[in-house]
Amino acid sequence: MTTALAVSRRKFLAGSAAAVGGFSFGFHVPFGGEASAAAGTTPEINAWVMIKPDDTVVIRVARVEMGQGSLTGLAQLVAEELDCDWSKVTTEYPTPGQNVARSRVWGDFQTAGSRAIRGSHDYVRKGGAAARQMLIQAAANEWKVPVAECAAADGVIMHKGSGRTTTYGKVAEAASKLDPPKDVQLKDPKDWKIAGKPVQRLDTADKLTGKQVYAIDVKLPGMLNAAIKDCPVFGGKIKSFEAAQVRAMPGVKEVVQVGDTGVAVVADTWWRAKTALDALPIVWDEGPNADLSSGSIAEMLKAGLDSDQGVFVGSQSGDVKAALAGAAKRVEAVYAYPYQHHVTMEPMNATALWTNDRCEVWTATQNGEAALAAAASAADLPVAKCEVYRLHLGGGFGRRSTSHDFVRQAVLIAKQIPGTPIKLIWSREEDMLHGWYHPITQCRLTGALDQDGNLTGLRMRISGQSILSTVNPQGLQNGRDPVTFQGLNPSGTEGVLGYTIPNLLIDHAMRNPPIPPGFWRGVNNNQNAIYLECFMDELAHAAGQDPLAFRRKLLVNHPKHLAVLNAVAEKAGWGTPAPQGVYRGLAQHMGYGSYVAACAEVSVGDDGKLKIHRIVAATDCGYAVNPQQIAAQVEGSFVYGLTALLYGEITLKDGKVEQENFDTYEMMRINEMPQVESIIMPSGGFWGGVGEPTIFVAAPAVLNAIFAATGKRIRTLPLKNHDLRKA
Amino acid sequence: MTNLTVNGTVRAVDVDPDTPLLWVIREQLGLTGTKYGCGIAQCGACTVHVDGAAVRSCSMPVSAFTEDQKIVTIEGLSPDGSHPVQKAWLDLDVPQCGFCQPGMIMASAALLAQKPNPNDDDINSEITNICRCGTYNRVRAAIKFAAQGGQVRRG
Repeated sequence: MTTALAVSRRKFLAGSAAAVGGFSFGFHVPFGGEASAAAGTTPEINAWVMIKPDDTVVIRVARVEMGQGSLTGLAQLVAEELDCDWSKVTTEYPTPGQNVARSRVWGDFQTAGSRAIRGSHDYVRKGGAAARQMLIQAAANEWKVPVAECAAADGVIMHKGSGRTTTYGKVAEAASKLDPPKDVQLKDPKDWKIAGKPVQRLDTADKLTGKQVYAIDVKLPGMLNAAIKDCPVFGGKIKSFEAAQVRAMPGVKEVVQVGDTGVAVVADTWWRAKTALDALPIVWDEGPNADLSSGSIAEMLKAGLDSDQGVFVGSQSGDVKAALAGAAKRVEAVYAYPYQHHVTMEPMNATALWTNDRCEVWTATQNGEAALAAAASAADLPVAKCEVYRLHLGGGFGRRSTSHDFVRQAVLIAKQIPGTPIKLIWSREEDMLHGWYHPITQCRLTGALDQDGNLTGLRMRISGQSILSTVNPQGLQNGRDPVTFQGLNPSGTEGVLGYTIPNLLIDHAMRNPPIPPGFWRGVNNNQNAIYLECFMDELAHAAGQDPLAFRRKLLVNHPKHLAVLNAVAEKAGWGTPAPQGVYRGLAQHMGYGSYVAACAEVSVGDDGKLKIHRIVAATDCGYAVNPQQIAAQVEGSFVYGLTALLYGEITLKDGKVEQENFDTYEMMRINEMPQVESIIMPSGGFWGGVGEPTIFVAAPAVLNAIFAATGKRIRTLPLKNHDLRKA
Repeated sequence: MTNLTVNGTVRAVDVDPDTPLLWVIREQLGLTGTKYGCGIAQCGACTVHVDGAAVRSCSMPVSAFTEDQKIVTIEGLSPDGSHPVQKAWLDLDVPQCGFCQPGMIMASAALLAQKPNPNDDDINSEITNICRCGTYNRVRAAIKFAAQGGQVRRG
């Protein structure tokens, strides 16, 4: 494999140099297998581990790094089983093309669903353990001693009898020629020395000096730059454009149509491409959605709250109708959650080089194999003749797993200029107008309380958009989108409803407006947790009970849900007086296999100004591979969740998104960031995710605290649309 | 032809005068550490120093600069990542995706140059860069850590 890659790299360089007449300058080409390119001197022990003669350990990581820290976490897991010297560890990404060529030896390349570690810990650890056994075997062979008499630690192998030692680097070449062991024994996590520890990230240093190359920074010899406009109305297309008007502008090389819906200007620099594109007269055929507005979408969803058409059941037990009819007290509320944009800091971009028999793409993707498929399809070439080189992402949040429209566009442009690498960068405005947005839903909840204030029945009707029906229709189950019910499932390991409610019905009236929906960090857990956890507060209030006590009774059958809730309540001092003017709110939820809870402390001024002082958050993710990175994810997920709560709302007018940049789509900044205290309480026996889960509880905990402070129930987001002055 | 003094070197660039400084830095000078995030001076990913002050380079035309002005990008903040802010950032493992961090670091270094011991209000008013990963609390801690000379290492 490594040799093949080296050849491909040389071939590429030779080919590009020829294409641009031998033009060359100092450039940094971030190839997927940078280390592999030195294949001749770097023995590959197995797919996961290469060791250089100087004892440098190169660990291959299949999942991409987009800030979540799994590059380091996955390397820790391999290094733990390998028993290598952590200070000598480096990493590299294998490419999707290599994965295809090697029968998917690295498994799944998708980095989504908080799955990077929990979805691959087993096989990456086995990769490390197998490499370790082969290295020890190679040393034993060299010394002609039984392997059982040899042991390894920190990359050094010792023969117990003689005290002889050697290093991994010295036996790597011999080890690489051995057959892999059939069985490997993994360590008990309690014996971990590298994994489970708060080691520092492997990717920090280059991110402090400007050295880190992101996809948007890629430079190739002879490269041209492209700026694009796709029809701003969803479902519309190009009618005409007047290329002649801009062709003579400085630096402009080409003006090309991109599919049926877009037009791009290609120039020597991106700024000149964008300048010419802004001057280009374009006429759009706005298509069937030109009248679409946020108001019409809201009406469509509202009708779904009462409909029996297109309804799918998520969870059902007992007889909720009878429970509601016989309730001593009925509580009802309607909530709504808007469209939101991912807003990765790095706008969508991809660099593509197309020739008759090969297409290569450099990009930031959360799903390398999907990017490869998108490239091959647009290139009109077999997958085997295409390759995708991955770079660290300047943010992903699900946008770069949902769609590879930017890859498709880059290849379609490059195809019209064969042999010249084309870097396509979306302007922030283009990025905002062509998102795959957090789906929009409304929810009516009706609860039945008996005379003692016990919750005897809950009816939850979700009306709104399904992600899978647009993004991955084959994932639907007889038309039902299981992802809609995240965190509300009756059983399973992914996201179980913690409350035991004897009579329950949760269903979904699927209503799909023609706006592209996407997986958005936390996905449907975000609104499901708001709906349920805010309504639990409403029920507790109606029952005249303390919100913590009310929840505790209902969580008795789910001790892990209860444990995280108890942990935040205790640390936050629930039941003890808060500082003057400060009020508390609680929320708990389970998603992506992890149990999370939060207690928020807020104050609301007489002028209605909200201050979020502090959030205490607990996470039980089973095993904690890097506690300090989990803490970072908890802090970070609150910024994402609280930005959504405070400001996040994409609106539509005339079929077009109204928010085009940060001036109209605001972000939370440092001045609004609360103190975050994270409790990491891995209870063992399962593997949960950490990149997303605490987002779920950020907004409901704050909303419940706002109610405590003001008596106001906020049931629609974002808060910027509400007056929080006391009622 | 415009002369710019960037990271201590005078560079001649042949560029349309209304080109934003950001794109001259990235495309003509090849210094890609300075990032494009919004183009309207909102996010701060493009922050550089001009005579020591933090400037959002995406919204300043290159014609607004003269050779006398000292422009410093993230690549020129220190020769080897040893600026106190960079060291504090490394110690506290501040970045996540890292895309906003060059701007965050440049803004923080400018703040510390003006106010060696900034309080929370100073940080709130001067550090207005957007980070979507949510590194704000570590940014705040690292600014204070750098101000204290990096003496208290976070556990």
